[in-house]
Amino acid sequence: MGNKREQARGKLLTRRALLLAGGQLALLGTVAGRLYFLQVVQAGRYATLAEENRISIRLIAPPRGRIVDRFGVPLAGNRPTYRAVLVPDQSGDVGATLDAVSRLVTLTDSERRRVIRDIRAKHGFVPVVIRENMSWDEMARIEVNTLELAGVSIEQGRIRDYPFGDTVSHVVGYVAAVSEEDLAGSDDPLLELPDFRIGKNGIEKAYDLELRGTAGTSQVEVNAFGQVVRELAREEGMAGQEIALGIDMALQDLAMKRCAAEGSASCVLLDAWTGEVLALVSSPGYDPGDFTNGLSQATWQKLITDPLNPLSDKAISGTYAPGSTFKPLVAMAALDSGLVTPDTEFFCPGQFQIGNALFHCWKKGGHGAISIRRAIKESCDVFFYHAADVVGIDRIAAMANRFGLGVDLGIELPNARTGLIPTRAWKLATTGVTWQRGDTISCGIGQGYVAVTPLSLAIYAARLATGRAVAPRLVRAQGAMTADGQAADHISADFAPVGVADRYFTVVRNGMYDVVNEPHGTAYHARIDDPAFAMCGKTGTAQVHHIARDVRDHGIVTGTSVPWKDRDHALFIAFAPVAEPRYVCAVVVEHGGTSGGEGGAVAAPIARDVLLLAQQRDPARRVPAEPFGAPGKLAQE
Amino acid sequence: MEQPFEYGGPRQRFAEKLVSLNWGLVLLLGVIGAVGIAMLYSAANGAWNPWAEKQAIRFGVAALVMLAAALVDLRFWYRIAYGFYGVVLLLLVAVEVRGAVGMGAQRWIDLGVIQIQPSEMMKIGAMLALARWFNGVPVEEIGRLSRLVVPALIILLPAVLVLKQPDLGTALMLVLGGGAMFFLAGVRLWQFGVVLAGALGAVPVAWRFLRDYQKNRIYTFLDPENDPLGAGYHSLQSKIAIGSGGLTGKGFLMGTQSHLSFLPEKQTDFIFTMLAEEWGLIGSLVLLGLYILVFVYGYAIAFRSRNHFGRLLALGITVNLFLYVFINTAMVIGIIPVVGVPLPLISYGGTAMLTVMFGFGLLMSVYIHRDTRLGRFGEGVD
Repeated sequence: MGNKREQARGKLLTRRALLLAGGQLALLGTVAGRLYFLQVVQAGRYATLAEENRISIRLIAPPRGRIVDRFGVPLAGNRPTYRAVLVPDQSGDVGATLDAVSRLVTLTDSERRRVIRDIRAKHGFVPVVIRENMSWDEMARIEVNTLELAGVSIEQGRIRDYPFGDTVSHVVGYVAAVSEEDLAGSDDPLLELPDFRIGKNGIEKAYDLELRGTAGTSQVEVNAFGQVVRELAREEGMAGQEIALGIDMALQDLAMKRCAAEGSASCVLLDAWTGEVLALVSSPGYDPGDFTNGLSQATWQKLITDPLNPLSDKAISGTYAPGSTFKPLVAMAALDSGLVTPDTEFFCPGQFQIGNALFHCWKKGGHGAISIRRAIKESCDVFFYHAADVVGIDRIAAMANRFGLGVDLGIELPNARTGLIPTRAWKLATTGVTWQRGDTISCGIGQGYVAVTPLSLAIYAARLATGRAVAPRLVRAQGAMTADGQAADHISADFAPVGVADRYFTVVRNGMYDVVNEPHGTAYHARIDDPAFAMCGKTGTAQVHHIARDVRDHGIVTGTSVPWKDRDHALFIAFAPVAEPRYVCAVVVEHGGTSGGEGGAVAAPIARDVLLLAQQRDPARRVPAEPFGAPGKLAQE
Repeated sequence: MEQPFEYGGPRQRFAEKLVSLNWGLVLLLGVIGAVGIAMLYSAANGAWNPWAEKQAIRFGVAALVMLAAALVDLRFWYRIAYGFYGVVLLLLVAVEVRGAVGMGAQRWIDLGVIQIQPSEMMKIGAMLALARWFNGVPVEEIGRLSRLVVPALIILLPAVLVLKQPDLGTALMLVLGGGAMFFLAGVRLWQFGVVLAGALGAVPVAWRFLRDYQKNRIYTFLDPENDPLGAGYHSLQSKIAIGSGGLTGKGFLMGTQSHLSFLPEKQTDFIFTMLAEEWGLIGSLVLLGLYILVFVYGYAIAFRSRNHFGRLLALGITVNLFLYVFINTAMVIGIIPVVGVPLPLISYGGTAMLTVMFGFGLLMSVYIHRDTRLGRFGEGVD
């Protein structure tokens, strides 16, 4: 082993080492170059990506606008809800914490299992809900003891609240979770919030956009798990608009109670001067609050199988033969045509014959010679068979449309129907059969093809009362009435005249006065004794089934002797006060209600009581000292 | 005429050794270690726990191990080179056996006080064994196949064991480090060519040995943005962090990617990413500069050594360190696949710290005993 060889080996090593060092330097140069590329050349792009990573925009749901009655009594508001949540990471011993919680609010075994399952399925920092929709008491018990409940906290939310429950359900409607179709039809990002609720019926649906408000945004910094670290910026949204209705809850409440007592019924109360709807009742109602968090299967089944059909708003979508309440309309058409004068008399022998068809009067013996005023008062069928026969269906139909029957009234609610006023052309087009004279005769007493809604009946009555083309409206654009400034709140109701001579109106109104206020009037027993509040009205009974002629020959079968669903509907329209009518009411009691009575017996008393209270309160002119003691706690949010 | 020279050298006294210790290098390692502790402090969102404090203690312990290794006579290391390698190899086998018996991959041996990762220790053991082997091969015989079988086995045995663990990063480092030793020892370049060709031919075979996650990493490396939430997540988020750091960085403790947990493994393999995010291009280049200074020390020590064993050992350890630095940085900036190699002295982890510092101890031992002469067959060892 020589020194030279050792030196040669050293030289070789040095040479190789230098080569290796060069290679290493080159590799590190690559790293440095790549760093330069990432951190200088592409720094902007990556800076943006980093910001997108960490900054997340969260929507803040605005509080939904309230719906209030004409005096500001809330019909739909927002109630705070409380839920207890548990952050497992902060809890330490989850089991012990849950034990402690269940000493304060009882947790069922299944609730407990769900909580444990949720905890296992999620990151430890994600809050897990222990109990939703806690009562104030439960919330308070937990809140007071939070020091002993590690990781447990109370979260506050908002839930739509309907303090009057089913009393005004069909007007207010309800909110429910957003559906796929809702999402497809809108680009409002609010709809994508998991807890967001959208108006599904009634005013909640019709005015959803106004009530909804606009979303606020919160810019938050999030970590890789989506956990919010801090808020960077916040932009408040706009709270939903408050919608004031013309409804007077006191009147609505009375009307609902009276209708509900009769089972399936509806009642519409209008201010004929302004068209404002003061009460709009369809019984039975439902509790709109049930829809907010989704209906249970049992509740849903109950609602849809109920023969009284609570989900349908009969006041605007129920269509009924108007029966005798149609007679004033036929009278107007007859008078307006000039073919019948106020003094024209027809003879009523108790029946009316065209060819082989025999039409009966409800009064078996007949009314004898009868003119228009008494025909209205006593609701003589034969007189109106004659009148209709003379005037013809097309004149009647045209007049009906002028009085708001069979036309779209523009009420601010979904699902409103127009009813049907038949014409010759309509029948030919629909059934392919030409109009028969007998069809007109049926229509003369509001049977046959004629179908109206309770709302249109009220509008018809309002037009009879005022002579003007009153149109309904639910929403007060000017907001709720206040006791100070705009108490009287006179709106110039510039409704166009219906266009029938005043003297004809007088004749018909006199007839309707007699119906209620004269002995032998069909609603005499339902009169208002105080002359200042007295009303005019017209009864009606609508056949549900075509009663066979032989049954008719032996007298109309009424009362509880026929099955409920085959019994006739009881109707009544009225307006008051007599001198200067302002309040108008229409009542329809399906199948005569619980007693199976006729319009005069069942429907008229309801209208009487509602009209009396309306006049006593006079909500169109003043704010009562006590608007309405609303049940339960009202959220003022 | 040949000058006769003596093997061996004087036995230095402890104080002399201490004085001749390479204090500049010690200081440099201290600076890098401090950077590591600072980064771990930041990784914990500005807290000593759970990483920075432990790392500081480990760094202190490892520094003592380094000094001890430095002061031990190089001849001792020469003497135990094969023994050391053999023990570590047995430990690797033990880990492998226990992994097969037990459940899943087990890379650790728990000694109660600390856990030892034999694959890390093997990086030093292989260098020691190769340095001793090539020290014994005369320059004219270096090309002989018979002289290359043993060193090839020295590398391949542990490499295969480590690959089975599976630890691609360590296996890669063993093979590349061993290859560098072959190159330094003077193996002919055409022989490298043959091996390289053979290796390429073996790729399809090796592919079958790779675990799915390792294959995924390679797929991901080839197209990282294809699957940004899946396998490409680490790589992409790492690049976002580095790139968004820009020239000067977001500032100490201000790295959004790291602190909001977008960055995985920020305290271990991806700590360089965090440094680049918080301290920018300037910070990362300064750190690379510090490492280059360490390499320069390593080369300088090798060149100053008057014995072949020392030179090979010093270069081997330097190459090893280089591989740590290069593979780690190259992987986090996305120029090689993610293979799980820590950044020496900075990444959180005990065994790697101990291994690296032990390596520096050996390097310093080479420096202190630079004038010792060792023969091909260990003449001068005693």
